[in-house]
Amino acid sequence: MKVVAADSANSTAEASGRRLLADRLRLRFASGDLGLIPVIIALVVIWIVFELINSHFLTGRNISNLILQSVEIGLLGIGETFILLLGEIDLSIAAVSGVAAAILVLLSSAGVNPWLAIVASLAAGAVLGVFQGVWVTLVGVPAFIVTLAGSLGYQGFLLAMLGDAGTVPIENSTLLGLATTYVSGVYAWILALLGVLLYLWVLLQRRTSRLRYELDRVPDLGSIGARVIALAVVSALIVLALNTYRGIPVAGLVLIALILVFSYVTQSTRFGRHVYALGGHREAARRAGIRVKHVRIAVFTLAGVFGAAGGIMGASRLGSASPASGGGDLLLDSIAAAVIGGTSLFGGRGSVWNALAGALVIGSVENGMDLLSAPSSTKYLVEGGILLVAVTIDTLTRRRRAKAGR
Amino acid sequence: MAETVQTQSGQDRDTPPLLSVRHLKKRFGAVQALRDVSLDVHRGEVVALVGDNGAGKSTTIKIISGVEVPDEGEIFFEGSRVTLSTPAASEALGIQTVYQDLALCDNLDIVSNLYLGRELYRTIIPGVIRVMNHAEMEKNAIPVLKRLGINLPPLNTSVASLSGGQRQTVAVARAVLWGSKLVILDEPTAALGVAQTRAVLDLVKRLAESGVGVLVISHNLSDVFEVADRIVVLRLGQTVANYVTSEVSGEKVVAAITGATEEEVVP
Ligand SMILES: Nc1ncnc2c1ncn2[C@@H]1O[C@H](COP(=O)(O)OP(=O)(O)OP(=O)(O)O)[C@@H](O)[C@H]1O
Ligand SMILES: [Mg+2]
Repeated sequence: MKVVAADSANSTAEASGRRLLADRLRLRFASGDLGLIPVIIALVVIWIVFELINSHFLTGRNISNLILQSVEIGLLGIGETFILLLGEIDLSIAAVSGVAAAILVLLSSAGVNPWLAIVASLAAGAVLGVFQGVWVTLVGVPAFIVTLAGSLGYQGFLLAMLGDAGTVPIENSTLLGLATTYVSGVYAWILALLGVLLYLWVLLQRRTSRLRYELDRVPDLGSIGARVIALAVVSALIVLALNTYRGIPVAGLVLIALILVFSYVTQSTRFGRHVYALGGHREAARRAGIRVKHVRIAVFTLAGVFGAAGGIMGASRLGSASPASGGGDLLLDSIAAAVIGGTSLFGGRGSVWNALAGALVIGSVENGMDLLSAPSSTKYLVEGGILLVAVTIDTLTRRRRAKAGR
Repeated sequence: MAETVQTQSGQDRDTPPLLSVRHLKKRFGAVQALRDVSLDVHRGEVVALVGDNGAGKSTTIKIISGVEVPDEGEIFFEGSRVTLSTPAASEALGIQTVYQDLALCDNLDIVSNLYLGRELYRTIIPGVIRVMNHAEMEKNAIPVLKRLGINLPPLNTSVASLSGGQRQTVAVARAVLWGSKLVILDEPTAALGVAQTRAVLDLVKRLAESGVGVLVISHNLSDVFEVADRIVVLRLGQTVANYVTSEVSGEKVVAAITGATEEEVVP
């Protein structure tokens, strides 16, 4: 007989809180769900290695560049994360970003209000996402094929739109400003403080609600304090470094804001819960009365919008869109960002924070190699290696999970 | 109905049955899974559905739960004709099912599985921001589980790390939490040890005492004889017998299951 959940409710909060951390780590390891731990370790190692090789790596200027480089991959990575949570894959997200970038620059150079151009560009991403979602969900063609076909088709759109003009520069200062505006000095500190306070509030909120309902396993204040202090130290170091250059890039703040919003969506809304349920066991979700088709189409739509958002940020950083927008290794980078971050290719496990961590890993590697002026051949080899390692870890944890009793 | 069946629980025969299934037929490609299945479940009654492997028991309950749609036949719930084309339609009527292939999400914890599709919320900003209230779900589930004598590990344990029997218990608990009128259990004790089988059988009896109709599939005749008020036998997709448990012997049920006798055919 197992412990009755209700009986342990009276055990002291303190003792259970202390036992909690070790227990949780062990449980997480057993269930193959290590969350952000491996990728954060990887990130620290990468940063130390590059800093040892080249002392320019951890300068304010370079970290600022690194963040800007990671934003586009991060946004696409969030979109891909949603799709992966369903247990599907989206091979078109980079091509969608290219189309969105083209729409943005064409509208802008036609004199359309920049915000209107952004909305139109995001809407185009949504339309492409709905289209793919409907095709996958209602027609029943595997996502792999639909999005591969989509990817080719969207490259066609892109060529049709920009073919004659080639590279179209952005002249509008608002659009260029997305990637060139910074929050600096005392404002940067205030933002960092707000972030830390938000984290503290969320953790306390969780504790309060467990206390209010008289449940066991209440997170103890010590571990909450430790987490908040850790975040405070890290953000202080980053702000300190960034303030020696121009401050926190607004593009990075946009990425963080979106991650916060969608972290709320995935963890605290019905929709988010149902996305995980579908990825865990689609038939179980259907039998629980979840409207599976709606959820799947919504997720594909969301991925389209994130693709477009990435395209907008990319165009702003480059100052233009071209027939090459959304090409190159952007697609693999964004899938890699999600998977390296720890989101499973097999569905139901992962979070949008993983996409941020993964994007920073990819961004750091690319940036570090650029700094060392490594040849493309080395870059490709290293990135390919990292992706393979991440996917292998995912597969192995899944296998261990299967062995550890489903 | 040609012969009126008395139940032990002394149901009022004037009220319509809670569930009445009439002449279901279902074909899967070349397989005629159901040829003619009819059965009734009254409030407060435990009906056992028995039959050999492939007799069509699971298919029958999948139709009642809205997972499969019948080719022919009618379903009446509380006296009125219903169309159960989706699981949601069946759930909305107060029908809950534990499937033979336990339908649980391994990546979620126990509470989330118990509340899947019925999440509770806390309003942060009225009309704008609502957050799922994990703590309240957990809190509300505990007394219900306790009252029903259901033992589970801490409710925020991931289902992936549970044993087969514990998973089965979660599935049963979910059905019991939400099955306000009819609870259907497809071989609920198949993976359970002695103690947990005992617990599920007691649970079934307690559910019926509280007025819920229970339809249970089992291959274990001693379990069936212990909990069931009536026994419905399926053979090759057809209802071949409908016994009152207290008036029938084990041999007779076995004979009906294997096809050794034919005289008890129900219209
Ligand atoms: N989805 C399906 N597709 C094709 N055939 C099916 C499907 N579901 C059931 N069948 C067939 O219908 C028949 C009845 O199956 P069912 O699962 O209802 O039997 P059962 O009485 O529950 O058996 P068991 O005791 O083994 O669980 C079997 O011949 C089975 O192969
Ligand atoms: Mg069966």
